[in-house]
Amino acid sequence: MGMKKIFACVLSITVFMVGIVSAAEVNVYSARSEDLIKSALDRFSEETGIEVNLITEGADALIRRIELEGSNSPADVLLTVDAGRLFRAKEAGILASIDSSVLRERIPAAYRDPENQWFGLSLRSRVIMFDKSRVSPSEIESYEDLADPKWKGEICIRSSGNIYNQSLLASMIEHAGEEATEAWAVGLVANMARRPQGGDRDQIRAAVAGQCKLAIANTYYLAGMLNSDIAADVEVAEQIGVLWPNQGDRGAHMNVSGAGMIKTSKNPDEARQLIEFLSADYAQQWYAEVNNEYSVRTDIPVSATLQRFGEFKADSLNLEVLGRNNAAAVRLADRAGWQ
Amino acid sequence: MKPWPLSLIALSLILATPIFVVLSSVFFPAGDIWTHLFETVLARYISNSFALMIGVSIGVLALGVLPAWLVTAYRFPGSKVFEWALLLPLAIPAYIIAYTYTGMLDVAGPLQSNLRDAFGWSYGEYWFPEIRSLGGAIAMLSLVFYPYVYLLARAAFAGQSGGVMEAARSLGCSQRSAFFRVALPLARPAIVVGLSICLMETLADYGTVQYFGISTFTTGIYRTWNGLGSTVGAAQLAALLLGFVFILVSIESWSRKQAQFFNTGSHSWPSPAVPIVGGRLFIAYLVCGVPVSLGFVVPLIQLSIWASITSDSIMTADFAGYLFNSLTLAAITSAAALILALFIAYGRRLYPTQLSSAAARVLSLGYALPGTVVAIGVLVPFAWLDNRVSAFMVARFDFNTGLLLSGTAFILVFAYLVRFLPIAMNTVDAGLTKVRPSMDEAGRSMGLGPMTILRRVHMPIMRGSLATALLLVFVDVLKELPATLLLRPFNFNTLAIRTYELANEERLADAAGPALTIVLASLIPVILLSRSLERAKDVPSVGEKPR
Repeated sequence: MGMKKIFACVLSITVFMVGIVSAAEVNVYSARSEDLIKSALDRFSEETGIEVNLITEGADALIRRIELEGSNSPADVLLTVDAGRLFRAKEAGILASIDSSVLRERIPAAYRDPENQWFGLSLRSRVIMFDKSRVSPSEIESYEDLADPKWKGEICIRSSGNIYNQSLLASMIEHAGEEATEAWAVGLVANMARRPQGGDRDQIRAAVAGQCKLAIANTYYLAGMLNSDIAADVEVAEQIGVLWPNQGDRGAHMNVSGAGMIKTSKNPDEARQLIEFLSADYAQQWYAEVNNEYSVRTDIPVSATLQRFGEFKADSLNLEVLGRNNAAAVRLADRAGWQ
Repeated sequence: MKPWPLSLIALSLILATPIFVVLSSVFFPAGDIWTHLFETVLARYISNSFALMIGVSIGVLALGVLPAWLVTAYRFPGSKVFEWALLLPLAIPAYIIAYTYTGMLDVAGPLQSNLRDAFGWSYGEYWFPEIRSLGGAIAMLSLVFYPYVYLLARAAFAGQSGGVMEAARSLGCSQRSAFFRVALPLARPAIVVGLSICLMETLADYGTVQYFGISTFTTGIYRTWNGLGSTVGAAQLAALLLGFVFILVSIESWSRKQAQFFNTGSHSWPSPAVPIVGGRLFIAYLVCGVPVSLGFVVPLIQLSIWASITSDSIMTADFAGYLFNSLTLAAITSAAALILALFIAYGRRLYPTQLSSAAARVLSLGYALPGTVVAIGVLVPFAWLDNRVSAFMVARFDFNTGLLLSGTAFILVFAYLVRFLPIAMNTVDAGLTKVRPSMDEAGRSMGLGPMTILRRVHMPIMRGSLATALLLVFVDVLKELPATLLLRPFNFNTLAIRTYELANEERLADAAGPALTIVLASLIPVILLSRSLERAKDVPSVGEKPR
């Protein structure tokens, strides 16, 4: 009896170990937090039998970790929440090109790397939000208008340390040049209702509380508040209108969350499968429904919450630019006094 | 050289590698980063960091010293409860208290909203203190860091010989003037140790100042790295920070040397506690109650309210796993830190050399560095070593060992030790210096070896200090975030990571559940510690102050 138990124990441990060794797996370094990616990854494992191992952390730290781990790095896939970091990973030389017709067909050229080293998977826009009770949408049209002195003391926006503000600046540098963008940033700083602080949702709340009339935030934050369990958040979000900037010219500033395969990947096949899975119908609908992001594909319906924000014209700039201009954007913000 | 001092220095060198990695950055070119920083933001980083340090110094001294005196020198209903309750804010991570107070006091929070509704005001028509400000950051950090000052001050007051106080009173001092003229000067070295711990925590803080939009040295390091994309520039900023801290640490140890007070008598008895009655009781409750309520009770209530809204979605099956990981890491690290701290502190006592005290001072720098900087400093040498071993094994045996240590729990514990060993060392050191050298001599004259003396003489006497060191490291590991994030193995989560990820997505209500669990898990060691201190008080601690 005792022996039997021990034997069973040893057997099951062996099976367990062998199971781990022989199962196909893919190791994901993700800058996207676990909550916002785990269930899609679980679904991938279910469909393919490929085990997914996950760690999450800020993109820059993950890129550094991969660099330091060198050729022995276990990382197969890097997920980030902005295009700038994907560009930086490419510059660091840690990404490999993926030759996949599936990815090329599904993802528009603006949302992937020209050399196929990274692929955008979900879209968000950084827009102007306004307190519906005090602002009419006809009063403002573009990001450029935010520097108009008529908005003095009426704009809430978070720190320029935030990557989404850096990306917005980077896109403006591309469209208007550094000098004009710096002048714009100086005007924006002069119009701020308060020293930049808090996160995007805090700007939205401050607008409704009356501290400012306009708030700059990413679309999914407002959508998240509309769907919140907390009644106060829903109430605030209902009072906010979304203004799609620059509809008459280049379109609203977009950013992507995306993925790239690591050059030293030991599981390149599984890595490619995972990225393809994340661009396929199920995951794209999941991004739209659960995370309230826009699909990178045109054939996936927009979530009911996002439909309330209306249709819009998106900036078609290749997002590689966001990474290329990132350092220049931060320097410019420093000079303009945007804390 | 004898084996003990030799291994002492070897150990210090190993643990100090991350610090050397940071310092080595000064030899690399950083382009024109410094010109840019100097012309734009550096002055603000420095002035904000200084203002923060000065403010937090005042805050923690005000919140920590007086209650420590009240609970040791006086007796009043509830004083025993306050004795341990004053430690509780230790359990709350700094950025969490910042989030909770912002949730309540912000312009969009319930308090201001209700005021506006009740009086028909609109924004700008009334004055209300801005929570997300430099002052707010000082308040938040002071509220969670003051227990370090309290803990060390209280231990010092409790260890003071009653004879000294009696002498003071027989010379006509009231209890109050005896505090200012005798007890406080005697406790000064311990208070300075507590203060320097608080200041290092303040310098290392990122979450609070980032959320409040205060540009400090720490946020500057991240901005230079992530925004300007300059790893070297960021490391050089961190090296500059280390320079400041080194000065701070040197001032602290100089101040300890300046304050040499000895009890000359060989007997020691605790000073009798004086009862407080009447109107003064109110003041005592105020002094002890404010730190506990603002630093613990109020944030706890806010967290509980949030957690009750979201409990269904957050208390998932994985939750027990997070708790288990957090507790295991904290237990292993605190035990390791205690053993190493004892080894180092006792080694320095046995073989006091310039080199060993310099090594200890370098080690203590790790505490002031932002966690991510430490984490990368740990990863650099370990990844290098792993890759060397792997290359050797491939060349020699055609077998790739891969990364042996990077990405394991081992490297995580190592990083924790780099960060938190200083706090254990400080505490153990403070306890050890209370033991008179003549006791070592007595032990040796009886033919006991150094290890036996440590085990049978020192450790029982300094039980309180050992328990304190254990607790502080335990709680710090439970709260630790940046090193855990970067260095952890696959599929490995802790409560702190869970809290951070949800808070980072601006889902504060969802973050409240795991945050609350950190707080509750920290309560267990806090209570154990206070009971252990209670017992430790019976042991006569011989009143000799640090050398």
